[in-house]
Amino acid sequence: MKIEESIVMPGNPSCQGCPHVLGLKALGLALDNPVLVIPAGCSTIIAGIHPKATLKVPVLHVPFASAPAVAAGISAAFRRRGIERNVVVWMGDGGADIGFATISGAAVRNDDIIVIVSDNEAYMNTGIQSSGTTFWKAKTTTSPTGKKEERKDLAAIMLMHRIPYAATASVGYLNDFIKKLEKAKNIKGFRFIQLHSPCPPGWRFDSSKTVEMARMAVKCGAWILWEFDGKFSFSQVSKPYKDKNKRNSLAEYLRSQGRFRGISDEEIKEIENAVEKQWKYLEVFEKL
Amino acid sequence: MRTIMTGNQAVAEAVKLAKTEVIAAYPITPQTVIVEKLAEMVDSGELDAEFIRVESEHSALASVYGSAVAGKRSFTATSSHGLLYMYEMVWWVANARVPLVMSVVTRTIGPPWNIHTDHTDILTMRDSGWIISMAENVQEAFDLTIQGFKICEELSLPFTAGMDAFQLSHTSEVVDLPDQETVDEFLPERKQSYVFGDEDFTVGSIGPNEYTFKLRKDTFETMLKAEKVVEKVSREYEELTGRNCGLFEEYKLDDAEYAIVMMGAWSGDAKDAIDELRREGIPIGLLKLRYVRPMPRKIKRVLEGKEVLVLDRDCSMGVGGILGLELKSFVDNVSNVIAGVGGVDVGVEELVKMFSLFVEGKLEETWWFV
Repeated sequence: MKIEESIVMPGNPSCQGCPHVLGLKALGLALDNPVLVIPAGCSTIIAGIHPKATLKVPVLHVPFASAPAVAAGISAAFRRRGIERNVVVWMGDGGADIGFATISGAAVRNDDIIVIVSDNEAYMNTGIQSSGTTFWKAKTTTSPTGKKEERKDLAAIMLMHRIPYAATASVGYLNDFIKKLEKAKNIKGFRFIQLHSPCPPGWRFDSSKTVEMARMAVKCGAWILWEFDGKFSFSQVSKPYKDKNKRNSLAEYLRSQGRFRGISDEEIKEIENAVEKQWKYLEVFEKL
Repeated sequence: MRTIMTGNQAVAEAVKLAKTEVIAAYPITPQTVIVEKLAEMVDSGELDAEFIRVESEHSALASVYGSAVAGKRSFTATSSHGLLYMYEMVWWVANARVPLVMSVVTRTIGPPWNIHTDHTDILTMRDSGWIISMAENVQEAFDLTIQGFKICEELSLPFTAGMDAFQLSHTSEVVDLPDQETVDEFLPERKQSYVFGDEDFTVGSIGPNEYTFKLRKDTFETMLKAEKVVEKVSREYEELTGRNCGLFEEYKLDDAEYAIVMMGAWSGDAKDAIDELRREGIPIGLLKLRYVRPMPRKIKRVLEGKEVLVLDRDCSMGVGGILGLELKSFVDNVSNVIAGVGGVDVGVEELVKMFSLFVEGKLEETWWFV
């Protein structure tokens, strides 16, 4: 990509290997004329320090739990002013935890907005604390011996709001993400994408391996790419891994990240079962 | 047009006449009727606006923040716990200098659960940068709401119009509603200092400390200027409607040696109590605050040389009433009484007793009057 094509400017203050920047660049390619609503999180920092800004689109920074509600208001005002711009909420899994009611409310109202949760599986901006989507057994600064709680399937929960468009995506497969955004932008109403965003400092892997880690997650079946546009389907990339035998090693995926250091074979087995269950219930959606 | 309606209905009428374009609200007793009435108006086409049926008060203020920052006249309403739930957004909207209007139907804060009036909720907004007004009667609740749109747009600050739970929100009174042409003449097209989405700029990003400092200072100075703006707007409104709704009202204060200072619906009862004491020859009068922010500094001059009693329907724990504390900061000879907290009824009889004790010099400072 040429620098002038990117909505993210070079020299922005993201960490090396930051997945959010990959996602934002893809977003800029897929959507014409977006405005971004960003709640507190890593992207607050990435967007730059006043009077400088690193994103070449209008950005409204908003309180943590408020983003989809603010976006709904912007969308209403734009509609009345005859402005055609994609109103996009760009938030993390932290914003999705604390603002769970807010996302749910906007989905129920079918507000004309796109919500993207760039999910790095922990509260990274405050220093790697456990979130609702933190992977099973992962060590964070608030789960130093590994996460003991469940892991919620945010995208499936959003799907069950009967919204017109829901999907998962991955920074390891940006073409797939771009295709999904291109489809989403032509649909009216509430559109939701959960973007899997492996975080080098948060997951403890080398910053050159973000894309590789994202692909490993998909190839071992731990992150499943799917789309609902009226009908549920597994995305091309993930389809082969419906077959358990075609999946790469989950142990290898986990053991290449510091956050799973010391994980036992038994624990890996437990996670394998959890992953398999995830596939099974998504296959039910596929059959509907 | 003279008609009869409750405070809640009157506020909804004001929002309609102001040609508000986006409304978002979450119901809470005693504000509910405002929301219901506006939803009906939007559904029936009587009001050409968007109504966003949000899932919480936090989202109510968040949504109208979004619509207001993106250029449209916007309104929400809340009360008590609803206001506390949206508290983060209260500050955000003020610091972002976005004009919009919110009605606060004042209600005490639990526990115990209690839906009746006091002024604790609205006064939690005191330091946030909102323009804060408080109505005495249904007519004022209507007038302040209409004027709020003009005042907030001139100052780039959010505006709240407060009215007491039930005593105003659910009490029918005669109100004089201006016609649409009159309101249109009074209230021009919305203006605001910046509109989000028109150009590629960022709002609310991280900034150096000096920017926060500068913005707070600027809001502080705007609040000082706000006294003049409120007076100007209220004169314009008076020219069209004959009703003045300025920073404060003086009642039998000219020759008074004793002055009562208070705000809200019970000021009406205080006027009756003052009439009664006047009949006994006691030189007492009332200064009714319509605005807490801006705090009208002119009252220092008006109250000079008088013995002052400030009546609070709220308190700051262990220190005194909130209005009492405010007045003591710039007026001499101030006594302070806390009463009516939690909706405890304080009628004319109680006020006559209280004011008599005050005049006799027998009133205990920061007395919890029952």
